[in-house]
Amino acid sequence: MTPMFDIRDVSKSFVLHNQGSAVIPVMAEASLQVAKGECVALTGESGAGKSTLMRMLYGNYLASAGSIRVGETELVGAQPREVLALRREVLGYVSQFLRVVPRVPTRDVVADPLLALGHDPQETRARAEEMLARLRIPERLWALSPTTFSGGEQQRVNIARGFVHSYPALLLDEPTASLDPVNRETVLCLIEEAKARGAAIVGIFHDAEARARVADREIDVTGFTPERAA
Amino acid sequence: MTPILDVRNLSKNYGRNIGCMDVNFSLYPGEVIGIVGESGSGKSTLLGCMAGHLRPSAGEVLFDTRAEGPRDVLRMSEPERRMLARTDWAFVHQNPRDGLRMTVSAGGNVGERLMAVGARHYGDIRAQAVDWLGRVEISDARIDDRPSTFSGGMQQRLQIARNLVTGPRLVFMDEPTGGLDVSVQARLLDLLRALVRDMGLSAVIVTHDLAVVRLLADRLMVMKSGRVVETGLTDQVLDDPQHAYTQLLVSSVLQV
Ligand SMILES: Nc1ncnc2c1ncn2[C@@H]1O[C@H](COP(=O)(O)OP(=O)(O)OP(=O)(O)O)[C@@H](O)[C@H]1O
Ligand SMILES: Nc1ncnc2c1ncn2[C@@H]1O[C@H](COP(=O)(O)OP(=O)(O)OP(=O)(O)O)[C@@H](O)[C@H]1O
Ligand SMILES: [Mg+2]
Ligand SMILES: [Mg+2]
Repeated sequence: MTPMFDIRDVSKSFVLHNQGSAVIPVMAEASLQVAKGECVALTGESGAGKSTLMRMLYGNYLASAGSIRVGETELVGAQPREVLALRREVLGYVSQFLRVVPRVPTRDVVADPLLALGHDPQETRARAEEMLARLRIPERLWALSPTTFSGGEQQRVNIARGFVHSYPALLLDEPTASLDPVNRETVLCLIEEAKARGAAIVGIFHDAEARARVADREIDVTGFTPERAA
Repeated sequence: MTPILDVRNLSKNYGRNIGCMDVNFSLYPGEVIGIVGESGSGKSTLLGCMAGHLRPSAGEVLFDTRAEGPRDVLRMSEPERRMLARTDWAFVHQNPRDGLRMTVSAGGNVGERLMAVGARHYGDIRAQAVDWLGRVEISDARIDDRPSTFSGGMQQRLQIARNLVTGPRLVFMDEPTGGLDVSVQARLLDLLRALVRDMGLSAVIVTHDLAVVRLLADRLMVMKSGRVVETGLTDQVLDDPQHAYTQLLVSSVLQV
């Protein structure tokens, strides 16, 4: 079976033009395949490059070399339109922080990915509310903008938004950080359900127990840092 | 898919000064592109050339017309271009005074655009004006007031209503949230985002506000000294800028 994520010989350096054009190599010859229904956890000490790799998988950072295929799309050298289409249809991302247009009600923030896919607004709304209820966001907050919510509430809105569409590929950045045990359990169930329906998942989990429960494999990105790879 | 707008080698000189130089990009239906760059980098010049307000020194601006497909806007006759400006295009000026008629009532400002495209029935025109004032959150109690009695933010929202009432397909905006206080900006952002989504608009937005483009634009063009120095997916350009000038621009602002 062809892997959902297929990363081959990816390297990444940052060139800091305004700091003497310093070249900072952070990744070399990273290769990784993630099958449908599989969850891979990225590990490694702080600064090892977990977030950098994840951002390259999302098209948020450019790879300096190599190939990154997600589903049918080659991200290295892709046009912005192709990346946008991939993000709309195939590739979901639960980031650590919520970034939204101010004043947009929480319900619409969560419904947004489905509306962008052209789903029926009525159904979309119901689906968004179902997700919010499942993540225990009190109903009285649904009509308010999440910008004033607590950290944990914002994170749950972010998760609701990330799971509202059944993405075939998912990136999860610390999805259970700052959650209480009950909500943490809900999120772990969502991840397990996503795997069961065949989603390929790449995640960063500092929560070792959560990682052990949902991840099928761990990849230490330290193996991709240029000094050690050499 | 055919781009709604295809800009090729567009240049504009002001005598010996460069306004903008060798600009190339395609905008697809439903896409929003942001143009950022320092003051004097050529953003307004580029926008003005695309919208037919300024005559470029060289290049082509192909617009996908409803009737005849892609046509070079710069080779159209003046009446043809004026017709486009009234129907398929909208232009939101930084200063609402440039886009509104200050001596005409708020309702008249909106209704006038409808009449320009052939609406004649007074009741319909008024009803549509009320509808659009509502969408931009201006109370219909203010329909007979002149924009000169409105706040800056209200004037900007009225300008948007006036421009969008005819159902354009392409919107040009020059600093639409410039000069407004932060809470008014947020309202306007919310409004623009909803309009882009609901009406399937394509838009070109010039702004110096990176937080605004992050939320509204799919793609970004960064200009310096009249030239485009970097383009790409908005979040990619802001988070992993490749060009020295973009790195400077991004590192000069607080968190976006
Ligand atoms: N936009 C950037 N510009 C310059 N350097 C960057 C950028 N993003 C990341 N880096 C560098 O790349 C290296 C890897 O960082 P990264 O954020 O991927 O680490 P991480 O493994 O996610 O760490 P943590 O566990 O602390 O989140 C670091 O040296 C970091 O400073
Ligand atoms: N009518 C004009 N005559 C001569 N030079 C002009 C004229 N309009 C603009 N310029 C010059 O062209 C260059 C680009 O100006 P433009 O107004 O396009 O910049 P901008 O990026 O919109 O700047 P700002 O952010 O300040 O609005 C500047 O150097 C400007 O001085
Ligand atoms: Mg990290
Ligand atoms: Mg300008």
